[in-house]
Amino acid sequence: MRAFAYTPADSPEAAVRLAAEPQARYIAGGTDLLNLMKDGVQQHDRLIDINNLPLREITVSEDRVRLGALARMSDVAGHPGVRRRLPLLSQALLAGASPQVRNMASIGGNLLQRTRCWYFRDSTMPCNKREPGSGCSALEGLNRWHAVLGGSDRCIAVHPSDLAVALTALDATVTTLSAQGPRSIPVREFYLSPGDTPDRETVLRPGELITGLDVPATDRSAESRYLKVRDRATFEFAVVSVAAVVAVRHGVVRQASLAFGGVAPRPWRSPEAEQALIGRPLHAATVAAAGRALVRGAIPREHNGFKIPLVQRALADVLDGFGGRR
Amino acid sequence: MSEEETPTKVGSTRRTVLKAGATTTLAAGTPLPALLGEAPASAAAAATATSPVEVSLTVNGVARPCTVEPRVTLLDALRERLGLTGTKKGCDRGECGACTVLVDGRRIKSCLTLAVMQQGKEITTVEGLARGDRLHPVQAAFVREDGLQCGFCTPGQIMSAVALIGEGHTRSDDEIREWMSGNLCRCSCYPNIVAAVREAAKEMS
Repeated sequence: MRAFAYTPADSPEAAVRLAAEPQARYIAGGTDLLNLMKDGVQQHDRLIDINNLPLREITVSEDRVRLGALARMSDVAGHPGVRRRLPLLSQALLAGASPQVRNMASIGGNLLQRTRCWYFRDSTMPCNKREPGSGCSALEGLNRWHAVLGGSDRCIAVHPSDLAVALTALDATVTTLSAQGPRSIPVREFYLSPGDTPDRETVLRPGELITGLDVPATDRSAESRYLKVRDRATFEFAVVSVAAVVAVRHGVVRQASLAFGGVAPRPWRSPEAEQALIGRPLHAATVAAAGRALVRGAIPREHNGFKIPLVQRALADVLDGFGGRR
Repeated sequence: MSEEETPTKVGSTRRTVLKAGATTTLAAGTPLPALLGEAPASAAAAATATSPVEVSLTVNGVARPCTVEPRVTLLDALRERLGLTGTKKGCDRGECGACTVLVDGRRIKSCLTLAVMQQGKEITTVEGLARGDRLHPVQAAFVREDGLQCGFCTPGQIMSAVALIGEGHTRSDDEIREWMSGNLCRCSCYPNIVAAVREAAKEMS
């Protein structure tokens, strides 16, 4: 790891002021950042330790759950109010990483973890995300893990966060603080598609600090499920994942909110699949139509074509849990 | 091994032989800083900003002052500065769990945090579990159930198991496996590790 300076911040405002330095970066849990720095994927002149900031609250109220950016994955996953009101969040968090990492990793940092694309993580390989203009090694390389939806001819890396997929289905909002003041960003608008600039992954401005998340918990009639398909039983990133919030009444889908992981460069919400369900009985034909709508326009590469049927089957499996049939 | 005697220990232990062997091998080829991935010091300003800082780490109940650069992980500080080599360095990327320690009672991977971030916290390493010659129940269970072969992952397995039992994730073997998933064993002693955790949990309840 290249040498850097270390400065603990004692308030969010002070942290933002320190972050005006171009090569400074916040550190919370450090579970992804330090690996990236050890591997020479990222280099920073200064780390601003934000762990002393008062951003650890987990507040469950009548219509929402408020999570401070520094709340740890394990604390949120195990919180009785979160498990009662937003079981999807707890399931998605427990599906990620290992117990030790969940004790360390912050909610805000989880949203900003970088892709597991092996070409991105290997600083000797061309990668447009790490080094704009150097080329994408995955397009013609080993791309079994890569995106079938939403990629570009510059980048097909997938976003690795389970939490972000769940938050996308739940229509959560990210709150931030920057030199321009506080703002709120819907998670659905937080991540950018790679396009020509895969190095830009979120709408955050340089030095903007995530302060927390607001997650609506209004609809008590809807049920939710998170399904993660991976290469081994646990402690692994998703090959594909599905987060679903669905309300079925008298056999008819009243509401459906579907987000997918492992298939796209950002958590992938599918309004097309949702529309194929809403107002219809949850029959096999409806489920199949939703699956087809989800993968319309998908682009398979040499090794990842299997994800197209797999994600449809994963969706069917999840919908089965709400009383649907395959 | 007591903490105090380690740094001043004299004579040839297995560790000093290994260290000497490693140094000889490295000296034959590449310079050590290059192998460690360190950039040569460039600007004087950067050198000042990144220079070593005094920290005090509370390890196994004892305040241990030491001097570290900000980039030194908790793992390296424990092993290289404080001589507490019970905590192992496996992958150094948070994947294997050999470096698991407790911080304020919670299990973490010490390779994924900086020593400077852990001041004022209570750090417990495998050296802090036994009471004199009396092994911690989890340590005793690993011996009894033969929960190891080469032993390199064992300190991390034991620290994880101590925390897991405290967390209450021992209701079934499957639950133990899931909650021990952050600790890999290349000798694949998993059945015996699960047995050791199960038996220790019974004993401690």
